[in-house]
Amino acid sequence: MTRTACLNAIYELAKQDERVVFIGSDLSPNTMLEFKRDFPKRFFMEGIQEQNIIGMAAGLAMEGFIPYVNTIATFLTRRCYEQVAIDICTHNLPVRLIGNGGGLLYAPLGPTHCAIEDIAIMRVLPNMMVKCCAGNNEMKAFIPETLNHAGPIYIRLGKDSDLDFAPLPPIENLWGRYINILFISTGIMSNRCMEIFKILSLQNIMSQVIHHAQIDPLNMNEILDEFKDPWYNFKLIVTAEEGIINGGLGSAVIESLAKNNIHIPVLRFGIPHAFPHHYGEQEDLLETYGLTPEPMAQRIKEFYDGLPKKSKICVKSCHMEEYIRNLENKNDPL
Amino acid sequence: MLDERSKYLRRLAVRCLRGGQRGHIGSTMSLIEIMRVLYDDRAKYDPTNPQWPGRDRIILSKGHGCIAQYVMLVDKGFIPIEELDKFCRKDGILGGHPSHEVPGIECDTGSLGHGLSIGVGMAIAAKIKNQDHKIYVIMGDGEINEGSVWEAAMSADKHNLDNLIVIIDYNKIQSAGFVEEIQPLGDLPDKWIAFGFQTIECDGHNVDELRKMFRISHRIESPRCIIAHTIKGKGIAFAENDPTWHHKANITEDQFKAMEDALL
Repeated sequence: MTRTACLNAIYELAKQDERVVFIGSDLSPNTMLEFKRDFPKRFFMEGIQEQNIIGMAAGLAMEGFIPYVNTIATFLTRRCYEQVAIDICTHNLPVRLIGNGGGLLYAPLGPTHCAIEDIAIMRVLPNMMVKCCAGNNEMKAFIPETLNHAGPIYIRLGKDSDLDFAPLPPIENLWGRYINILFISTGIMSNRCMEIFKILSLQNIMSQVIHHAQIDPLNMNEILDEFKDPWYNFKLIVTAEEGIINGGLGSAVIESLAKNNIHIPVLRFGIPHAFPHHYGEQEDLLETYGLTPEPMAQRIKEFYDGLPKKSKICVKSCHMEEYIRNLENKNDPL
Repeated sequence: MLDERSKYLRRLAVRCLRGGQRGHIGSTMSLIEIMRVLYDDRAKYDPTNPQWPGRDRIILSKGHGCIAQYVMLVDKGFIPIEELDKFCRKDGILGGHPSHEVPGIECDTGSLGHGLSIGVGMAIAAKIKNQDHKIYVIMGDGEINEGSVWEAAMSADKHNLDNLIVIIDYNKIQSAGFVEEIQPLGDLPDKWIAFGFQTIECDGHNVDELRKMFRISHRIESPRCIIAHTIKGKGIAFAENDPTWHHKANITEDQFKAMEDALL
């Protein structure tokens, strides 16, 4: 999720491929010095003009270049939303938007700089891929993939010290396939979910954490396959993201479940639907919002315990075609 | 007085309006000579290969004037004339604002103030690749209310884009009324000069003058701006200089007849 890893990887790409250009908007004088030195014709440090750099990136992409545009995430998503939607997404251009300070990273700077709804507003744009890596290695591995993706990508950055997602050994090896809670999380929240996994395991609640760096398009196939097994044991899905709850990863998960006619309670963790009016560090605000492992685990436990003991939850999934066929035959669709 | 070609192109525009039963009449008519001179005398393009890399890029940033571009694309053979009759219709390719899916159209415009930044990107791309084609961006006087236009103008100056030519269709009327009342532009040439553009003014309906201005602007070594003084609704006397003819829907048969008669 981290900035240095991302920018270094872009420099490496520029060495390989002369279509790669870098566009910044009044960033630090130390940004991409090697890129600037080695590829001055493909390095653009522009003024404080987000609308213009997005249009400019679109123009360059229309001429065959692959622009990597970097500035603070709020400015890159809010200020020039229409340019992103029309100039880039309508034309499905290979422009990469790289947002510094995803989530609450810039909490000390206040709500103007906190990218809380970036995932939501980028996700709803047709053609836009949304990526929220957890750590350096994941980012390093992802950036080379961006070279050959035809459409636009929004890449949300975190801080250099963010750790890669480190899942514990697959749950099947420990407890067979009996899993009560499925976590679907992104960015820095995935490692937090792993902490919760440990807390809940000690209370005999089995869970599994699936880290989704790619929020859109959200590939739920692996998860949906689980529900095809009529004996699946999930009773609850928990989603976690460092972004506003409305419209983010959790919403994407719910949409996918609804589309596939899967009925299961979903508990979503994220930032409440309000602008943060507190200052402090990222961790302070995460704590304020109850997004640290202990309170999250407690809330999950309470919610889980409140679920009907003998599960009345519909555990039967069926495909839409089957559902419609049953309706036509006047049978109970479920 | 409009010559026969200018009248013919306007008749094609009215045919298009008839096809859609609607359209931005005033904004189209003020643009006709600008587009005519651009396509007849200035720009390089290949209708059989609209994506030819050596073509000049023509971006109609004031996308609502698209009928004026459509008639040129028909005239030059990019698209069949019958498409005009299907303007804005579900079975047609020509909509109320331009789409990059239409042969000869570079990009989707219509939301105002986007075209110049795209043009800046294209002009920079041509410089990186050492290509010598030109980028023409046509904007409206109302459109340049948008702040993004001036971001792009500063950027064009910074990058010394001598392959970028801005044309302002200065018809003095925007949707809500007269520019002078809605958002006065002050000394417009001075503004563009101050933003680093070599700026010239001309009569935007005088074909010879436009040709001359394009020729002069060809030799300038900085971004350029041609401010073309035009008349909204030009050629249709009852629509000229009347803000209510900026856009019309539900045009009556009598009105179509009157427009056609005016252009004979």
